[in-house]
Amino acid sequence: MKDEFKVLTGNEACTLGALAAGMDFFAGYPITPATEIAEYASELLPKHGGKYMQMEDELASIAAVIGASFAGAKAMTATSGPGFSLMQENIGYGMLAEVPCVLVDVMRQGPCQGVATVPAQGDLMQARWGTHGDHPVIAVVPCSVEETYYETVRAFNMAEAYRTPVFVLSDAMLAHMSEKVRIPSAKELTIVNRKRPTCAKEEYKPYEDDGTGIPPMATFGDGYHWYVSGIIHDETGFPSTNSPEQISSQVKRLEDKITRNIKDIESYEEYCTEDAEIIIVSVGLVSRVAKGAVDAARDRGIKAGLFRPITLWPFPEQRLSELAAGAKTVMTCEMNEGQLLQIVRQFTKGKPVILVTQNDGTIIEAEIVLTAIKEVN
Amino acid sequence: MAQKAHVFDRLLRQDKLKTMWCSGCGNGIVMQALVRAIDKAGLDPDKVVVVAGIGCSCRANGYMNVCGIHTNHGRAIAYATGVKMANPNLHVIVVTGDGDCTSIGGNHFIHGARRNIDMTVVVFNNSNYGMTGGQFSPTTPYDAKTKTSIYGNIDPNFDISILAKASGATYVARSTTYHASMLTEQLTNAINHNGFSVVEAMCDCPTLFGRFNKQGDAAEMLLNWKKAAVPVKKADNMTEDELQGKVVIGEFVNRSDRREYTDIYEDVIKRAKES
Amino acid sequence: MEKGSEFSLNKDFCKSCGICVALCPVHVLAKDDDGKPVMESPDKCSGCKLCEYRCPDFAIRMGGKEE
Repeated sequence: MKDEFKVLTGNEACTLGALAAGMDFFAGYPITPATEIAEYASELLPKHGGKYMQMEDELASIAAVIGASFAGAKAMTATSGPGFSLMQENIGYGMLAEVPCVLVDVMRQGPCQGVATVPAQGDLMQARWGTHGDHPVIAVVPCSVEETYYETVRAFNMAEAYRTPVFVLSDAMLAHMSEKVRIPSAKELTIVNRKRPTCAKEEYKPYEDDGTGIPPMATFGDGYHWYVSGIIHDETGFPSTNSPEQISSQVKRLEDKITRNIKDIESYEEYCTEDAEIIIVSVGLVSRVAKGAVDAARDRGIKAGLFRPITLWPFPEQRLSELAAGAKTVMTCEMNEGQLLQIVRQFTKGKPVILVTQNDGTIIEAEIVLTAIKEVN
Repeated sequence: MAQKAHVFDRLLRQDKLKTMWCSGCGNGIVMQALVRAIDKAGLDPDKVVVVAGIGCSCRANGYMNVCGIHTNHGRAIAYATGVKMANPNLHVIVVTGDGDCTSIGGNHFIHGARRNIDMTVVVFNNSNYGMTGGQFSPTTPYDAKTKTSIYGNIDPNFDISILAKASGATYVARSTTYHASMLTEQLTNAINHNGFSVVEAMCDCPTLFGRFNKQGDAAEMLLNWKKAAVPVKKADNMTEDELQGKVVIGEFVNRSDRREYTDIYEDVIKRAKES
Repeated sequence: MEKGSEFSLNKDFCKSCGICVALCPVHVLAKDDDGKPVMESPDKCSGCKLCEYRCPDFAIRMGGKEE
């Protein structure tokens, strides 16, 4: 059977990927450069019997998404930096209550209003630590329009598998550029649905570890009368703040849920890393410029290689450590003041880590990255 | 006739009682009225979802034997909107306080009403932020003493029922903890109403607001509501001066001329599928 | 049967707020040493159940079951 191809923008690919993953609820608020995701969702969702809501603000958007997920929906919202900031408290609720959902942040220049229409990567750390308290995060950063499609599908699958919000980080350029996307046939895609309880209704504990670290999640209306508080809670969902041991164990269970599944959550691309002396770490669209610079470096006999986390959080620290061990220098190529740098430094065992960045709303040219590679060579 | 178990046994989580509220707190009276209303309306408890914000009143759904989520301050209506939209067959009830609903939650309140999405919003109005120790809220009366208005409150206050009506809510009523039976009836009507329903329940905080303003013990605070309450029909013929210090109770809005939101969205689905 | 004999109190739930005693329309309740209500005059109880409805703590039941 012939493959189907479409020429899509990054935002269109995101919405189509979400629909392919089974999205049946979207709630959002218009914000440049993410708005087209909502527009396309508003057009396509009702065609499939799904629901689109335009909420009064971003806080309401993520709240409605989480609420819909409690009622069994596969739900998504999309925003950019300022909206992502507004959503953080409710994201925390999604994390603590362990509610599957997908949040797309199409990054733009910050801080504050910044520049709405230009790309940046200033939200990498916000994705990790935007909401208060300790919590693990799953965040993916596609580098192409096609990858946006497939990573959105994977984001939904991971949200369902691990009962957690998952972030997809795009940027203003990737969102609006057009590329060819191979559209998978329905049977080609693996779609994951959350585990649902099979026990008797009175026995159900919505946060009890069943051995996998991921408790089954009942859907409101199925007959399980369950409750969850945003206060630290025990396996019943009710507040359990009476002892330091209880508080600590609940927080640790959340961390553990992701840590013990890290091998399935991790995803990265390696390019010319086998003998690389200079490892460039880069994510998203700008990693393609870094890849071009690696090619140019290799043409000049410089052993450069690219390590591209696709799942940014949890960060692939073990693999980076291994690569760094065999390298002389590590570089990060990004579009901010060094957010990847901060994390990469922790796993490079004292090797020098150089920042190559252009944080002015334009995409860095490969020539500049190549110059930096030559300088450290 | 077959006997059912007492509503307290059917709809409350007995193992979670007694409540964490202070002695004499009006929240328990409002919660009881709500539980009775759910029962009177004949709702299937499997399909009931109670969404709460943050505040003393918002602990109520933890005592109720239905699905419940205890969300973030001011955001209950937004969460509830998602629940209802995803499954319109669920009976969605919101429990919120005066501050939770009209201060931090004000935007979601007015937009929920604007949409006329089917849910019952129970506003436990005790005129202060109780959980944080008794600060003034958007419903604290002028000149009242609270933890953050020790010289007397100067912030003008909302009339929640007028706010609900102006925003488009299609059922709006108010009663007090003294008038527990009326409250139950209003909540039953609100639940049965297909649209955004608001029941403002005037209730008492004897520990904080009541104490700071020398309003007496719990029983006296209930009797204060009795003295202050004016039925809406009588209030319609009173002047603004005569209504000073009074609380108008009754049903203010009961409209059937606005379609409910999830119902209208079915039209969108139909049009989209045909296009 | 005296309506007042249907009165039952869950002493664990009762917080001695005094609402039921003060607001009983026919004054058939009194406070014990702990401030908790006792049905003093069951023969005079009208069965209005306001004590049950206005109890903030679900401590009072006028009759164990409903029809």
